[in-house]
Amino acid sequence: MSGAAAEIVFDRVTKRYPGRAEAAVSDLSLTVPAGEICCLVGPSGAGKTTAMKLVNRLIDFEEGDITIGGESVRSLDLTELRRGIGYVIQQVGLFPHMTVAENISTVPRLRGWEKGRTRLRVDELLDLVDLPAEDYRARFPSQLSGGERQRVGLARALAADPPAMLMDEPFGALDPITRARLQHELLRIQGAVRKTIIFVTHDIDEAILLADRIAILREGGVLAQYDTPARILEHPADDFVERFIGSDRGIKLLSLRRLDELELAPLDGAIDLRASGDTTMRDALSQMITHGSRSLVVVDSEGQPRGVVTLDALAALAE
Amino acid sequence: MSGGLLLAQGEPIIPDFGEGSDCVVENRFFCPDWVRDNWAGVIQPALLQHVKLVVIAVAIGFVLSFAAALVAHRYRLVEAPFTAFSAVVYTIPSLALFQLLVPVTGLTVTTVEIALVGYTLLILFRNTLEGLRSVPPDVLEAARGMGYTRGQTLWRVELPLAVPAMFAGLRVAVVSTIALATVAALVIPYGLGYPIFLALREAFKTEIVVAGGLAVLMALVADALLVAAQRALTPWASARRLA
Amino acid sequence: MSWLLAADLGVFADALRFVADERTLILEKTWEHLKLSGAAIAIAIVLALPLGAWLGHLHRGSFVAINLANVGRALPSLAVIAIGLAFLGIGFANVALALVVLAVPPILTNAYVAVDEVEPDAVEAARGMGMTRRQILWRVELPMALPLIFAGIRTAVVFVVATATIAAVAGGGGLGDIIVNRAAYGLEGVVGAAICVSVLALAADFLLGLVQRLLTPPGLRADVHALEPDVTTGVTRL
Ligand SMILES: Nc1ncnc2c1ncn2[C@@H]1O[C@H](COP(=O)(O)OP(=O)(O)OP(=O)(O)O)[C@@H](O)[C@H]1O
Ligand SMILES: [Mg+2]
Repeated sequence: MSGAAAEIVFDRVTKRYPGRAEAAVSDLSLTVPAGEICCLVGPSGAGKTTAMKLVNRLIDFEEGDITIGGESVRSLDLTELRRGIGYVIQQVGLFPHMTVAENISTVPRLRGWEKGRTRLRVDELLDLVDLPAEDYRARFPSQLSGGERQRVGLARALAADPPAMLMDEPFGALDPITRARLQHELLRIQGAVRKTIIFVTHDIDEAILLADRIAILREGGVLAQYDTPARILEHPADDFVERFIGSDRGIKLLSLRRLDELELAPLDGAIDLRASGDTTMRDALSQMITHGSRSLVVVDSEGQPRGVVTLDALAALAE
Repeated sequence: MSGGLLLAQGEPIIPDFGEGSDCVVENRFFCPDWVRDNWAGVIQPALLQHVKLVVIAVAIGFVLSFAAALVAHRYRLVEAPFTAFSAVVYTIPSLALFQLLVPVTGLTVTTVEIALVGYTLLILFRNTLEGLRSVPPDVLEAARGMGYTRGQTLWRVELPLAVPAMFAGLRVAVVSTIALATVAALVIPYGLGYPIFLALREAFKTEIVVAGGLAVLMALVADALLVAAQRALTPWASARRLA
Repeated sequence: MSWLLAADLGVFADALRFVADERTLILEKTWEHLKLSGAAIAIAIVLALPLGAWLGHLHRGSFVAINLANVGRALPSLAVIAIGLAFLGIGFANVALALVVLAVPPILTNAYVAVDEVEPDAVEAARGMGMTRRQILWRVELPMALPLIFAGIRTAVVFVVATATIAAVAGGGGLGDIIVNRAAYGLEGVVGAAICVSVLALAADFLLGLVQRLLTPPGLRADVHALEPDVTTGVTRL
């Protein structure tokens, strides 16, 4: 189980913790297509972590089934299953007695890769997560910042090129700036490696930014809605989802769309504000409001003006 | 000269416990009649002496290490030398330390007390200091923000919060001093070690069991008392434990 | 202060002269001392270390494992040796056995606490990556626990070296033979042997402290005060 991404399917999975009346995950069915990021969101205690850990069987379950690439997680050998799934947690859990390189090469070594190959892989991954190998390879976790630790955690999870990854609030403990940087880094890396990722978060904005699909869970691990971010924002399934995504869903929706998608109005007169076509509509709106301007010029990659968007046009979209 | 002072190696033990009950003559595990006959004359005085040894040693040790910890809390430089000194004392075997003090203070209770005090220093000093340092920075800042002076912060915030750590140190110090004090009997006839030591000559079981058992019992009782005292003094700590 | 005037500090010079003059005797007794301590420590490690580490790995039996150290602390060595003597008789083997009883608690408790308290996130990450139980124990828990495990051994060693002195009263041999026999060796002999035993204990503690530091993985080294005795589970030193 390594290399190409694999589809993950939950099929009517229910998990009850011993001695608890209510199920932590109830009759959960959803399919994460290969190579997509699925964000599990929901209030605290909704069963996000539990649902995620069922996949690599850190938590065992009896009812229903989960398959990865068509194979039931229950039919696979436990250690083989886990070695084939990258795993990243909020506290990172780097081994403090091992260097960065040793941490990253944990799974390759468990799989008996030869030294040369492992070494190359470590450098490649450090490069991928933007930590210069020369500088970082021999450091210990205690010599890293929080954001650097999380990058190493990500590299460690990617080491044996697993087809699937599980991430439990990996950026939850970071400051907003570092978090935003790592979120974009994750998207860049995902563009390059294409894994099937189950990503737990309770930050709906993070989910909207990262996810191909979002699964919203409510108390008791009941699936409230499973859909693309845009469709969830446009058509929340019920009151719970609507409340959960917040009253500013119009604005959130704008963050999913880019100026390129708009019919531009012709240029008229001198306007100071400029933005490129791949700017999100939300950012464009924010710029206009910040500068007290009612319109903005969209420029192409050479910086040549292409047309104008107006505040009114964006406001109409956000309705 | 290869054997000890009291028992040459391999020398047969010839029990001779004089007159007494069959139990005593046969040297059984435990003879209640011997205990009854010797309680007032042997055991009780030894027990009281033992308590006195321990209370004095821990009290003096506490005062010394408390003062040292306060100074070290204020002036970091003091920590290393005091720790080094008390660590060396802590590592010297007690029987050796007693004997090393004999040329200075003679075969006296003072000799024993000095050594016992010495053994408490490391534990009490370190626990008190760590307790003082364990106060979270935000709490200290809040205290400063409310206008506490340095001294007020120490007395009203840092010391109260250090109490659990100090009690943890006291428990270790008291319990180990009780055990250590038995060794004093190898220097002077004093404390619960003395009956053990005498009985050891003849391998007289009852006396060994009673005196040794009393030392253990004393340690357990003292530990329980300290736990109770700590609960009473630091209600916030036990409230958190229950929550 | 009258006792200070009466103090007979010349004894220390005599004591050093005794050590120099009687070095054959001193060396022989030191060797006996080390043999006795070594045997007791070896047995105690074999018994206590695997048990403590395994219980820590399972996170089971904390009550017993932790309270053992407290009980160990409360046991007066003199009483343990005396009881051992009363029931087993005198001699090397029986004294060694009494020393084992005293060395087991710090080793077992430290091994338990060390493995039990290994950062749970690291263990969870290891599990998530597909390490087997054995691999988790050998590659993650034990390396991270090693310094604390060794601290327990160090405590036990210094404790046993010290207690072996008292063992002399029960015919265990060693430097204690001289210390408890003022009639034969005089005060200078007693003080001389006391100096030797102190040096032995301090040297053992210091050397083991160095080893402890070497055993600590570099990534964890900052937290270890290698040259200080371990007082967290520190038993009575005798
Ligand atoms: N080991 C366990 N034993 C019993 N109940 C558990 C256990 N782990 C979690 N639970 C319960 O299961 C429910 C779901 O927990 P879970 O950790 O999956 O929530 P979560 O959605 O990840 O929450 P959070 O956002 O706070 O991390 C909660 O009610 C929790 O109390
Ligand atoms: Mg969670």
